[in-house]
Amino acid sequence: MNLLIGTFTIGFILSLLALGVFISFRIFAFPDITADGSITLGASVAATLMVHGTSPVLASLAGFGAGMIAGACTGTLYTRFKINPLLSGILVMTALYSINLHIMGKSNVPLLTVTTLATQSEHIGLKLMRRATTFGLLGWEVNVRDASVLVAVALVVALTGMLLYLFFRTDLGMAMRATGDNVQMIRALGVNDGNMIVFGVAISNGFVALSGALLAQYQGFADVGMGIGMVVWGLASVIIGEALVGTNSLGMTIVGAVMGSVLFRLLVAVALRWGLSPNDLKLITAVFVFCALIVPQFLRKKRLRSAHA
Amino acid sequence: MLEVQSISKTFHPGTLNEVRSLRGVNLHLAAGSWVIIIGTNGSGKSTFLNAVAGTFLVDQGTIRLAGRDVTRWPEHARASLIGRVFQNPFSGTSPSLTIQENLSLAARRGLGRGLGWGLKESLVARMRDEVRRLNMGLEDRLENAIGSLSGGQRQALTLLMATWLRPELLLLDEHTAALDPKSADLVIALTEQVVTRDKLTTLMVTHSMHQAASLGDRLIMMHRGQIIHDFQGAEKRRLRPDDLLARFEDVRRAEQLDESAAQMLAEQYV
Repeated sequence: MNLLIGTFTIGFILSLLALGVFISFRIFAFPDITADGSITLGASVAATLMVHGTSPVLASLAGFGAGMIAGACTGTLYTRFKINPLLSGILVMTALYSINLHIMGKSNVPLLTVTTLATQSEHIGLKLMRRATTFGLLGWEVNVRDASVLVAVALVVALTGMLLYLFFRTDLGMAMRATGDNVQMIRALGVNDGNMIVFGVAISNGFVALSGALLAQYQGFADVGMGIGMVVWGLASVIIGEALVGTNSLGMTIVGAVMGSVLFRLLVAVALRWGLSPNDLKLITAVFVFCALIVPQFLRKKRLRSAHA
Repeated sequence: MLEVQSISKTFHPGTLNEVRSLRGVNLHLAAGSWVIIIGTNGSGKSTFLNAVAGTFLVDQGTIRLAGRDVTRWPEHARASLIGRVFQNPFSGTSPSLTIQENLSLAARRGLGRGLGWGLKESLVARMRDEVRRLNMGLEDRLENAIGSLSGGQRQALTLLMATWLRPELLLLDEHTAALDPKSADLVIALTEQVVTRDKLTTLMVTHSMHQAASLGDRLIMMHRGQIIHDFQGAEKRRLRPDDLLARFEDVRRAEQLDESAAQMLAEQYV
């Protein structure tokens, strides 16, 4: 049961990463791989600030802001300097590796003795449960600390998901969605599409960095290598989400990205339980995304062929 | 209203693909006039429209619109003065957004966009009225994605979007060429309605000689990046499709003469 709670918690935390990837890849059709660096950036900024005594909420928000700056850099490389989107992301991601090391001062910052959002929510949970450390749920014994962290993370994700949904229905948000949809049209309606892309990629990386900040607080450390392969991870979540809920409405796709992230984390947990070596995890993830990308093409071809026959 | 002063544009200069698309085009448009542009393929009529819209910046010349020099303005800045409908029905709308979201984007053409709620009730109510006037039964489908609509419906909506806020200049770039005849007639009827109702200054490119003869109060004919004919007033009103076809025939003959003359010269002297 506690393993399941842990799985859900990480799934929810990484759903912010999935939302970030959803914004860049799906809303803007911008293949942004800055995320590999900005998730670590969020973690390192938040961890370093907390070690120096900043409150966890402020530190997490600072992580979000740092991610936005990184994203704005990538967007600017693309829009102002006409560098290929993938290369823009690679450049910023590579630069972020050094920047993250500078921020942390070393390759790993432990948070075990520091007040984090995780310890704060554990504290609140214990208070609400009148100091009981476990409670029964459907016949299982549940650790109050773990459960309160899960509830807190779920609330944060619900809130940010809601804010994102509302944002995308404002004048500015709709202009951003239309930019990814039809640049010609949005220019003809007086929108500076370059600015929209810079801002959109910034928001995307803000979400990714916030995900990193929360992840560091949950696992109790920030590590310079924690971002490797995270874009693919987020993409896998988005693809699963689209398979679950379709792509018809904005609200459902946002919910789908969150569900996809949790489900993907569950699948991974099951696979690890069955004896999959953690070393193979990234390989399996990459193969999964590869399959998810080619299967629709394959099906379409097959359908065309059977239509002709 | 619109003053275009000897603008020129060469694409891919200095290469084998060099194209001199516009060669010193002058055009002065009075407020409220509706100008039809016709021309052969590659004559530069669409390029001319795009030059005015700011899709690219011209190499030479100036463009003044509503008293402002917009020659160096980027496309999105000029959009505050210009409404546009494109040839491709897919170009003017955002397919994954709903009808009402598309219209609400148009309702802020050229204005700032902040965190204001996009679909205010009063705006949606006006949308329902305006969309009902299109007579396409779309007023009950405002929450459907535009991608699910036909080309004619999308083009009618694009026209509504381009004129939602009264533009100083309306640019129509063969906006019925990709539609079936019935939809094309409908969109033309809507175009006449809105242009005359709002007294819009309009530049309209068309391939249809019938449209060219029956619509507008002035007609210009382009060839090889230049304006070769300009019919106004009574002269424009007397024009029939056959007259226009005859003009095209003249152009074609002149061209052939050029070519055969060049060939003759080549045979004799080279």
